[in-house]
Amino acid sequence: MIEFTLEREDWSLHRKGQQDQERHREKVREAIRENLADLVSDESLIMSDGKQIVKVPIRSLEEYRIRYNFQKGRHAGTGSGNTQVGDVVARGRPDQDGAPGPGQGEGAGEQPGVDYTEAEVTLDEIQAVLFRELELPDLADKEAADMTVETVDFRDVRKKGLSTNIDKKRTLLQAIRRAGRPHEKRVSITPEDLRYKTWEDITKPDSNAVILAMMDLSGSMGLFEKYCARTFFFWMTRFLRTKYANVQIRYIAHHTEAHEVDEEHFFNKGESGGTICSSAYEYALTMIRNEYPPERYNIYPIHFSDGDNLTSDNEKCVKLVTELCAMSRMFGYAEVNQYSRASTLMSAYGKFELPQFRKYVIREKSEVYGALRHFFSQSSGGVRSA
Amino acid sequence: MTNEEMAQLGASIEQMTEIAKSFGLDFYPMRYEVCPADIIYTFGAYGMPTRFHHWSFGKQFHRMKLDYDLGMSRIYELVINSNPCYAFLLDGNTLLQNKTVCAHVLGHCDFFKNNATFRYTSRDMVERMAASAERIYHYELQYGRGRVEQLLDAGLALSEHIDASTDGRNARKVVKQQQFLQRRGDNQVVFTSNPHARTPYDDLWELDGKPPADDVKKPIVKPRAAQKDVMLFIIENSPALEEWERDILSILREEMLYFWPQLETKIMNEGWATYWHLRIMREMDLTDDEAIEFAKMHSGVVLPSRMSINPYHIGLAIWEDIERRWNEPTVDEIDKFGRQPGQGREKIFEVREMENDVSFLRNYLTKELIEKLDLYLYQKVGNDWRVVETDWEKVRDTIVASRVNGGIPVLYVEDGDYNRNGELYIKHEYEGVELDLRHLERTLPYLHRVWGRQVHLQTVVEGRDVIFSYDGKKTQRRFVKE
Repeated sequence: MIEFTLEREDWSLHRKGQQDQERHREKVREAIRENLADLVSDESLIMSDGKQIVKVPIRSLEEYRIRYNFQKGRHAGTGSGNTQVGDVVARGRPDQDGAPGPGQGEGAGEQPGVDYTEAEVTLDEIQAVLFRELELPDLADKEAADMTVETVDFRDVRKKGLSTNIDKKRTLLQAIRRAGRPHEKRVSITPEDLRYKTWEDITKPDSNAVILAMMDLSGSMGLFEKYCARTFFFWMTRFLRTKYANVQIRYIAHHTEAHEVDEEHFFNKGESGGTICSSAYEYALTMIRNEYPPERYNIYPIHFSDGDNLTSDNEKCVKLVTELCAMSRMFGYAEVNQYSRASTLMSAYGKFELPQFRKYVIREKSEVYGALRHFFSQSSGGVRSA
Repeated sequence: MTNEEMAQLGASIEQMTEIAKSFGLDFYPMRYEVCPADIIYTFGAYGMPTRFHHWSFGKQFHRMKLDYDLGMSRIYELVINSNPCYAFLLDGNTLLQNKTVCAHVLGHCDFFKNNATFRYTSRDMVERMAASAERIYHYELQYGRGRVEQLLDAGLALSEHIDASTDGRNARKVVKQQQFLQRRGDNQVVFTSNPHARTPYDDLWELDGKPPADDVKKPIVKPRAAQKDVMLFIIENSPALEEWERDILSILREEMLYFWPQLETKIMNEGWATYWHLRIMREMDLTDDEAIEFAKMHSGVVLPSRMSINPYHIGLAIWEDIERRWNEPTVDEIDKFGRQPGQGREKIFEVREMENDVSFLRNYLTKELIEKLDLYLYQKVGNDWRVVETDWEKVRDTIVASRVNGGIPVLYVEDGDYNRNGELYIKHEYEGVELDLRHLERTLPYLHRVWGRQVHLQTVVEGRDVIFSYDGKKTQRRFVKE
């Protein structure tokens, strides 16, 4: 009997580990989809520069077993000599004991005893799942299109091409056909048999669109309110930039007066003062009249507020919103209302039955996701009541 | 490894094989395979190159590979208990590292071949697992990947609850025989105690052509005594499983029976291999540089850990201690046990044949050794982990207890017809350490998946008996009334 052999084989085709790793990633993605509402309002994502990998809490990927509770048992360790009772082996890690990490605030420690498996995902992966469900509602073709969507379409087969695009079926057919000739002994693939798929660029004209992002920056908008509004606009901006090549976004901030601000200011600066929402609407209307004629643009005004408007202003608001709706494909009003108090603005808007008008109330962080889905979906069935 | 290094390694292996034999090691023919890191880590994650596909192995592979890529940890080799014995060496290792690994592997193979715990393991598991993987793949094609994956999720979660003792291994055979007799109609003898097994009208039903299919309406039975092999009980008695599902669970059980002895002899086995790679490498002609490299590698392997027991470290220390005590017995030992000096080698070969981790630690982890190695017990005190015990007997007993049943909680099936409603009742044999309740509550749905009816598990929490029940929707816990 041979006592031993020593060999080195070619393992390059062995992909088992990688295949199952891919299945694990699929499951992570499924879990992301289930947890989307939580993820959308996750601060670490919003604060990130959009490139880094973030750790996302995933609940379903642990492999559960009947096992001992490590925290409660006694365990053996090995010292370096002279260990005494009372010596510290390891300091407790703060993240294990539910102590709030920096910037966690009230969110931490809400669910004692539940800890999460962290999966590493890129922002892109989350976006891929999130944005698949979102689209601009009721987009209509407008004249003078300057938005384009480019896709590629594989519709040609050639004898030369990239080796990744080999058309296996046609190549084999070719080889078999050739093998049918006399003097050919068996099927073998020669370079002449190779067929490659190849593509054509397709450019489709698409419609113009502009988003008017209006946000209440008055004193009554607390940290939570601003956070929700900015989270919404953060995802909205990324979504539009990812999915639509040339959609414009204009940012309007208001308290008692409205003015246009740049993106950086919109997302980072705080302001204060009273609230007169009609100022923003007036500003938007002026902007539309001057720059975005409704016959050429799909217009989407979206307004975030805490609903705490100057009561005498409400009537004017109703009038202006009606006017805006007439010009827009969709008008979105989202109210961040943590304690479900009766808001003056929402009660004024409650009577609207305009098809373009959509409203949404955000009571907790995770509902930002609901707002996104509500505003960026095709003509929704029912409007969520206040 | 360059081709030249491969040739050198081959020559060294030949030399080491001779040295090992002269020491009295007895191993199977060896098949050494040099392969790249991702292959080693694949095998490490699956436990066997030919095992079936499952995402949890992929996850494990990714983790191990990541640690390796970041330089956080590495495995040097992977050895498979089979005849011939396969050893996979890492291509990225240096020549000396691979030589050491080959010496180490000879120790493992000797242990696989001669330790009593491994007596009944299949030595052709490489091929068996390949065949099982093939079967599971066909089930995927036939019943859908999703369904097979769900079943594997459940099966893998429960697969540790088997009975690997000799009786347990034979239990399956006994049941098979009973089934055979039952089909022949001789069941009265075997199943007198079980009224559900057959009704007087069964023979009439059988006139319709084929006997009642196995997978519908299995008779629900009570185990005659509490049964440790939860997997087997489910495979044989679950009313919810189809035949292919039983087959997959049987595969998982068979594979766990194969891996089980390795769980039960971790410390002995690693200690033994370390003991022998030291002895074999000492016999080799090493250059100064090689000697230093070897010393560094060896000390890395036996590095003690403050938070756990390093099996290489403790194992090696115990083996060397046994050899010393039987080579140079004290006057007392000579008087009391009639122990003659110079029997160290003979003794360790005897121990490697007879013991498993539990008995090995209980019999040979002495007071002197525990003090010399500075072993202690620690536990969570407030926020920190602190040393709470250094008394040698308590330290030893805790280490022994942690190795009982391979470190896995012991469960018994008490009843397969609980509440007279076909519900499954399992009892955890509590021995002082509580279960991880979060895991427990999430494992119950798996149990429910394979049993198909309400499942109950009794354990102890804070000193009180508690029953966890899962009915397919939610988990409830209630205290047992005294």
